[in-house]
Amino acid sequence: MEENVMLKLTDIHKSFFIGTPNEFEVLHGLDFSVKQGEFVSIVGASGSGKSTLMNIIGALDRPTSGDYVLDGVDVIKAHDNELSAIRNKKIGFVFQTYNLIARTNALKNIELPMLYAGVSASKRTARAKELLEMVGMTDRMHHNPDELSGGQKQRVAIARAMANNPAIILADEPTGALDSVTGRHIMDIFHELHEKQGKTIILITHSPELSRETQRIITLKDGSIISDEPGRTVSTQGAIEEEVTEC
Amino acid sequence: MLIWENITIALAGLKSNLMRTLLTMLGIIIGIASVIAIMTVGNSIKSMVNSNMMDLGANDMTVGVTQRDSEDDVRDIRDTDLITVDMLEDYKKEYSDKIKGIALNVSAGNGVVRQGADYANVAIEGVNADAYTSLNNDLLAGREFIDVDFDKGKKVCIVSDKFVENLYEGDNKKALGQTVEVECYGKIYDYHIVGVYKYENQMIISGQTKDITTSLYIPLLTAQNQTHYTSGFNYVTVVTTPGIDGEAFAKTTQDYFNIKFYANNDAYEIMAISMASMLDMVDTLIGGVSLGLSIIAAISLVVGGIGVMNIMLVSITERTKEIGTRKALGATNGSIRLQFITESVIICIIGGIIGIILGIGMGMLGMKILGYDAAISSQSILIAVCFSMAIGIFFGYYPANKAAKLNPIDALRYE
Ligand SMILES: Nc1ncnc2c1ncn2[C@@H]1O[C@H](COP(=O)(O)OP(=O)(O)O)[C@@H](O)[C@H]1O
Ligand SMILES: [Mg+2]
Repeated sequence: MEENVMLKLTDIHKSFFIGTPNEFEVLHGLDFSVKQGEFVSIVGASGSGKSTLMNIIGALDRPTSGDYVLDGVDVIKAHDNELSAIRNKKIGFVFQTYNLIARTNALKNIELPMLYAGVSASKRTARAKELLEMVGMTDRMHHNPDELSGGQKQRVAIARAMANNPAIILADEPTGALDSVTGRHIMDIFHELHEKQGKTIILITHSPELSRETQRIITLKDGSIISDEPGRTVSTQGAIEEEVTEC
Repeated sequence: MLIWENITIALAGLKSNLMRTLLTMLGIIIGIASVIAIMTVGNSIKSMVNSNMMDLGANDMTVGVTQRDSEDDVRDIRDTDLITVDMLEDYKKEYSDKIKGIALNVSAGNGVVRQGADYANVAIEGVNADAYTSLNNDLLAGREFIDVDFDKGKKVCIVSDKFVENLYEGDNKKALGQTVEVECYGKIYDYHIVGVYKYENQMIISGQTKDITTSLYIPLLTAQNQTHYTSGFNYVTVVTTPGIDGEAFAKTTQDYFNIKFYANNDAYEIMAISMASMLDMVDTLIGGVSLGLSIIAAISLVVGGIGVMNIMLVSITERTKEIGTRKALGATNGSIRLQFITESVIICIIGGIIGIILGIGMGMLGMKILGYDAAISSQSILIAVCFSMAIGIFFGYYPANKAAKLNPIDALRYE
């Protein structure tokens, strides 16, 4: 295995069982790996299996068969508590619907992964404030989710995903519920995380336009990879070409 | 994950749904309040009875005639079955180091004293010197009985201040030296008032205090002369020397009488009960009754607990997506379980504390209505707190475990 592989999926199958005899395969043997520091997008029509794949990558769900190694850890063999630890320390989730904890202010939401990791209160607060600053939400830190706009909620969610400095950020249609301008700002934050902090990011989207901003585009169709090609900002060495963005 | 963080999270959750939280607590509040109220009343009555009995004489022992265990119909008691003065004198000599005195009394009946429109109800009690001493009456005016009163059977009496209140406008001095005529069973007896004692209210007063019957004490011999009842006593009260083992001495006394005087009696024998064992019996009785009532009240706690469980299940269903999110952020099954158990324990403990305050209030009010001091049992408070915590854990466990075992992806996808 190569030194800089962040995750490697081999022959991943996923079936759902709806009623007793009806097995229904959603992913038909996927193979791919993601390098450390790569910004990958997964595109495909609605129902093509993108979220199902993300849930497997995010250790939220187990594949029916196949192998999966994340940052040197065999996820398939991990027990429930080990999976919790993997989700806690190695993965940062960003959901389309933000999934902030209700009645809990921005600061506390960001502290949550650190709380589960057993980080001390003072360190949690310091780190959470740093992250709020990074996403430009310092002035809203004491606001509860119902007092924030969609874009603001997503910024908090990204800050929360970064809390334990995970190996990989998984974002499932993070701009899907936002208008294009707000979505643009969110995309900028991902680019910044990728470029300045070298984060490995997997972005799920059904927008071909957004996917073209990433280094690599994996296209799913009916649960199979139909193409895996570089995006427009990527050279053959995998280095980043500085691109002048419009705003 | 720290307990404190859990408590903060739980409190935030409970606060956001205040009305529901309060309604859920209600079952616990009512349950705990009734248990505490019952225990407070039970405890107060117990300490009241104890102190009354102590006043009556902690070193007292009752020696009485009782029927032997037998399958046949027992014949009626005869004069020859009674405890005689001779028996008592032998007994007193035998155990002089353990006996301080033997209180003898004869009830000479209830009567009324009239003076114009005023009247006072009395119970005429013939007492010997030991009996009068063991009453521990406070003398307010005049004198106690003296030897010659007892020896000669003088027609003197000591009356209560209530009696003086009814007949002499409460003027003790005016009462002293007066001769009172007591109507009793159609006969009139007259006594010279030599003293006034302070009436201690020992039972719950009902009706007019003017109609209250208080004791009018006369010397034993006077009472015996009047009733012509001289043969013996159904029971006597022995005042024992402080510090002796009351229960053991009761046994010794019983054996002494039964072997020496009652061995040939076919139907009756002697039973001796010390005040200490009587206190124990009364304590056990009151304790048993209040425990029984508390258990019935505790059933309402179980109902309250089921209410808590129900609300926890609703809350968990409502927050399925939150549970999924927490799991995605790295919460283990254990920390989710702890979060929800903490929530139900908090509901129960807050409910329990409100219940305790309410219960103490109710108990104190109840005792006030009865006219006595309330004795709050700190033990019952401790038990109530522990009990409500236990209910929280017990009835919170099932819902919390259900939340903990949710599959993260199912929880996240829940609509
Ligand atoms: N838990 C599930 N049970 C049954 N079917 C499911 C479940 N999750 C996803 N599916 C099915 O799998 C397919 C892929 O879904 P999904 O991965 O959400 O697609 P996408 O995210 O690309 O829109 C869909 O047909 C969906 O109905
Ligand atoms: Mg999807």
